Amino acid sequence: MSLFELPILPTLGAAAAGGCASGGCSSGGCGTGGCGSAQAERTSENSRREFLKTATTLTLGAMSLTLLPGVTAGDDMLPLPPPGGDGHAPAAKPMYGFLIDTTKCIGAGKCLTACRVENSVPEGQSRTWVERYVHYKDGRVEVDLVPETGYAGSGEVQPAAEDVLRAYFVPKLCNQCVDAPCNQVCPVHASIKSPEGIELVDTERCIGCGYCVQACPYGIRFMNHDTGVADKCNWCYHRVMRNEQPACVEACPTGARVFGRIDDPDSEISRRLATVPTNVLKQHLGTLPLTRYVGLTDEVT
Amino acid sequence: MEFHALHDAPFIFPNDAHPVWSIMIVLYPYITGMVAGAFVVSTMYHVFHREALRPVARLAVVTSLCLGACATLPLLLHLHQPLRALNVVVTPSPTSAMAGFGFIYSFYMLVLLIDVWLIFRPAIVERAGTATGAWRGVYRALALGVVEITPRAAEIDRRLVYALSMIGIPAACVLHGYVGFLFGAIKANPWWSTSMMPVIFLTSAIVSGIAVLMLLYLFLCQRSDMEPDAECVRSLSRLLWMFLLLAVVFEAIDILHVAYEREEEWHVIRALLSTQLRFSYLTLQIVIGSILPLLLLPLPAFSGRLGAGFRHSIAGVCAVLVLVQVAAMRWNVVVGGQLFSKSFRGFVEYPVDWFGREGLLAAAVVLAMPMVLLWGAMQLLPVWPPSLESESGAKT
Ligand code: SF4
Ligand code: SF4
Repeated sequence: MSLFELPILPTLGAAAAGGCASGGCSSGGCGTGGCGSAQAERTSENSRREFLKTATTLTLGAMSLTLLPGVTAGDDMLPLPPPGGDGHAPAAKPMYGFLIDTTKCIGAGKCLTACRVENSVPEGQSRTWVERYVHYKDGRVEVDLVPETGYAGSGEVQPAAEDVLRAYFVPKLCNQCVDAPCNQVCPVHASIKSPEGIELVDTERCIGCGYCVQACPYGIRFMNHDTGVADKCNWCYHRVMRNEQPACVEACPTGARVFGRIDDPDSEISRRLATVPTNVLKQHLGTLPLTRYVGLTDEVT
Repeated sequence: MEFHALHDAPFIFPNDAHPVWSIMIVLYPYITGMVAGAFVVSTMYHVFHREALRPVARLAVVTSLCLGACATLPLLLHLHQPLRALNVVVTPSPTSAMAGFGFIYSFYMLVLLIDVWLIFRPAIVERAGTATGAWRGVYRALALGVVEITPRAAEIDRRLVYALSMIGIPAACVLHGYVGFLFGAIKANPWWSTSMMPVIFLTSAIVSGIAVLMLLYLFLCQRSDMEPDAECVRSLSRLLWMFLLLAVVFEAIDILHVAYEREEEWHVIRALLSTQLRFSYLTLQIVIGSILPLLLLPLPAFSGRLGAGFRHSIAGVCAVLVLVQVAAMRWNVVVGGQLFSKSFRGFVEYPVDWFGREGLLAAAVVLAMPMVLLWGAMQLLPVWPPSLESESGAKT
């Protein structure tokens, strides 16, 4: 069996296929498997509440941000969507979300190559990567990167199939924290939130102090070797503004990366968020990530 | 947040492989700390009238100024876009802990500059009258055109120095407490994130300031065949012992608190201290830099029996040890905080660079710069106190 053909966490895979609240069962320990509809409804209710809360926070957040000079998008930023209504007042800003379904990721790494090309990410640095978690029967857990991440040594562990309890892949990218520490610490307004709530780097303003790199709890930011300024995943803001999907989403062959408008209840991401329990990374830090995960285990940091 | 690296195979996030903050960011709080600490010593004389410190009072302000003039150098060397450095004061972000540095630093340096000018004004004015050639011009320029000092003016100067020193104390405390806050407020990093950080930075700053002054004083006395003032060395030793004790207690409270509570971050910190920082923390910072001087300093500080030469030698050795302690502490915080990945599953190597912009050689130059400036200042200004007889009522 080759490296990345290890069986994906069986309970998660099976449950997801059946439409059950998979992550909830495996981590919450319900274990019955028969809770389908009731839990789905509760989940749906919770998700709606969550969504409304997030929506309010975001709207108020975006409104207050526009009051602050220097925090809003500058003239040099990408064009915003055209104004709606009477043509004068701008339309309510769309709100985006990102859903990572770890039960669907097969570690193909197509997303990584697509991102590197799309965003000219230098070798040795990453806007996004995919981690592979291997749980052994003796209790050990090994984590490494799929080779497409572009690091020497990544994906070199060759676990013997009979020793492995389960294995799964976890793609990482910017969490687009609503209360983003990277944004908070930047001394010169070079870390800015777009009106749509996407965290961007103003490469013209960045002084290259690296404070935001230290402040991001997820290791997403880096000082770009080529440009000498901070760099990070921005959900392919330039593509999103053209109504295109982020490059990684487009490249993913299994639909493990779902991107879309969370203010549109009919979008795929809204429907998924309403029916599947999701988690965020390092929730205890209170960064309020917009990137949500299906099937996150305790081992994932 | 279990630190898995100790029992599972290590894994670090791809972007964590190269620590972003180099040895320059170690030097930044090291130098800034000495700036604040040296100033605090001068205020002991100018505000709190600790007469024993009179021999180093002027040296203290000048040293603080020379160190302060170089405090931004490591930052500039570190910035990837140094030409945009002024953005920090032109378009500062109110939410950023870092944005305040420019303002706090500028305010402090302004206070210090005026303080130094007022303290040395009588000497400058006197030399403007007696010096010849180009030097005369230099002193006249330094005197800002005021070439006379009446007893009344001297009294006003004295009061101004008092007032400025009073303003300078909180400014120096804010300057360095703030540097601690820069690290303490980073919740992403369990080794940094503690509300004790500003207090720890502040006390260690004062410690390093006293130590650098003690060392300078003993060194300068030896170079000019002067007998160091025994009371001054004793007083500095006492101060050093007291503030070192405080610093060590604060550091210990912080680490013991985390260790005893055994919350998530302890797993990371324990792993860090028992592996990557074992030498620089346990050996250098704790044993050599803290325990040893705490045991030795009472000799020059409190003993009346030992010979002066011996006491001064011990004081000098302790000053060196304490400077090593503070340097190790800065290293352990700044570099130590980057030696583990935010995956909490693996350690990161810190490659020591020799010749780069942020290499060891550049660091040595940065450290030497304030001493070169001090040498220059000593050519220009009399850092030793005027003899008691020649004093014209002004206590400077
Ligand atoms: S994940 Fe990191 S870079 Fe992205 S918004 Fe949050 S703190 Fe900023
Ligand atoms: S590196 Fe750039 S974006 Fe990051 S905090 Fe510094 S100035 Fe802001």
